[in-house]
Amino acid sequence: MRPPETDASKTPDAAPEAGERLAGALRVRRFTPAERWVHRTTAILMGVCVLTAGCLYLPQLAELVGRRELVVRVHEWSGLLLPVPVLAGLASRAFRADLRLLNRFGPHDRVWLRSALRRDARPESRPAGKFNAGQKTYAAWIAGAVLVMVATGLLMWFTHLAPLVWRTSATFVHDWLALTIGLVLAGHIGMALARPESRRGLRTGSVSREWAEREHPLWRP
Amino acid sequence: MLGMLGLGALGVATAPTLQRGLESFLGSAADKDPTGLTGLLPNGGGFRYYSVTSSVPHKDEDSYRLKIDGLVDHPGTYTLADLRALPQTRMVRDVQCVTGWRVPDTPFEGVRLSRLLDAAGVRPSAGAVRFTCFDGAYSESLTLDQARRADVLVALRMQDKDINHAHGGPVRLYVAPMYFYKSAKWLSGITVTSDVRPGYWEERGYDVDAWVGRSNGRDDETT
Repeated sequence: MRPPETDASKTPDAAPEAGERLAGALRVRRFTPAERWVHRTTAILMGVCVLTAGCLYLPQLAELVGRRELVVRVHEWSGLLLPVPVLAGLASRAFRADLRLLNRFGPHDRVWLRSALRRDARPESRPAGKFNAGQKTYAAWIAGAVLVMVATGLLMWFTHLAPLVWRTSATFVHDWLALTIGLVLAGHIGMALARPESRRGLRTGSVSREWAEREHPLWRP
Repeated sequence: MLGMLGLGALGVATAPTLQRGLESFLGSAADKDPTGLTGLLPNGGGFRYYSVTSSVPHKDEDSYRLKIDGLVDHPGTYTLADLRALPQTRMVRDVQCVTGWRVPDTPFEGVRLSRLLDAAGVRPSAGAVRFTCFDGAYSESLTLDQARRADVLVALRMQDKDINHAHGGPVRLYVAPMYFYKSAKWLSGITVTSDVRPGYWEERGYDVDAWVGRSNGRDDETT
C-alpha cells in the first residue's frame, strides 16, 4: 500500500490562537475559501444549467415557461461558464493540490471500489485518503461529461460550425448525456444530503477529527 | 475524464447508427409501456415544444382567422372552415430542426400556399411574403418564388390529426424543404411585400434562406 496522502495546502506558519488550538484537536481544516467558492459557483452554474435544460426539454415545463430565446441564452451561457470556476481555481495552490489528489488512483482505491460494489460499508474495507475512490471517480466523470456537453452544445449553438449530420449526432449525445448527468447529480446531491459532516466541510472548511479519521483514515491533514 | 471525452467523441461519431437502433427499440417499448415513462427519455423521433413568448392564446373553430393582405388585389380573411373547404394536399417528409433534432416521415396536410396567393391576386410589384403569428411575436418570410413552391403548405393537420395548440394549431405554416423554424406556428397573417424581411430567429442569426443542408452550415444532402 502506498504511503498516506499528505495535504500540500497545509500552512504550518501562522500560530493558531488559543481558541483555535483547543478546537484544533476536534476540528481539522479540509477546504480553503477558494476551494469552497469553486464548488459553490460551479454548483450554482450547474443548477441554472439543469433548470433551464428542463424548461427547454420537458414539454410540460417548456409550455409553462415559453420565452425560448431568453431560456436558451441563459442555458448556453451558464453551460459555457461551467468550467470557468475550476479554471480560475487553478490559481489556488490548495485547489491544485486537491486536483492532484483527485486525479491519482492508488491500490487502496481499488479496495474501496471493490467494497463499494459489494456494498461493504465497514470502515476497515473502505480505505481512503483525503478523497475516496468514489469521489475521485465522480470528479473525473463529471469533468469529462461537462466538457462533452460544452462541445456538443457549441455545435448546436453555432449552426455554421459543422454539417447537419454532426448537429443531429451532437443533439443525440447531448440529450442522453444530459439525462445521465441528471441521474449522477441526483446521486451526488443525495449522498451529500445523507452526510452532514461532508457538507459542513464544504460549508465551513473544516470537519471533525473523528469524522476525518473514520471516513478518510489515510488522510494526514 | 479523458475516457469521458473519448466516449463523447465516439458517441457523436456513432450517433446515426445508435440513434436508429434506439429509436426502433424505444418505439416498440413505448407501445407496451403503460407508465408513459418512455416519453421522458430523449428520443430523436419526437417533437420539442418551442415558443418564443411566455404564453400563447388559444384559437378554435370560432375565434381563428387567417388574414391575407399587402400587395394583393383582394385582401381577405379565412376562417378554419374556409380553409378546410379548399383542396387539401398531403405530404410525408422528415421534419428537421436547425439544431439537429429530426422527426422522420411526418405527414402534413393542408392548403397549398400558392393557392391562397393566387386567390388573393398578387400584384406585379410583389417579391416576398411575410408571415405573422397570433403568439404576438413570431414572424417568418419567404421570397415569392419560394412561397409558390408546391411543398409549402398552410397546414391544418399533422401526423394525420388536427394540429393541436402545442404544435402551433389550429393552423401553421409548413415549409417542407427548409429547417423547421421557417414553419411558423400559430399562423395568423400572410402579408405580400416587395422585399424579404427577416423573421424572428433570422434577426437572431439564422439564415433567411433556410434550405435543409444547404444553409446554417456546410452543404449536405437535402431532404
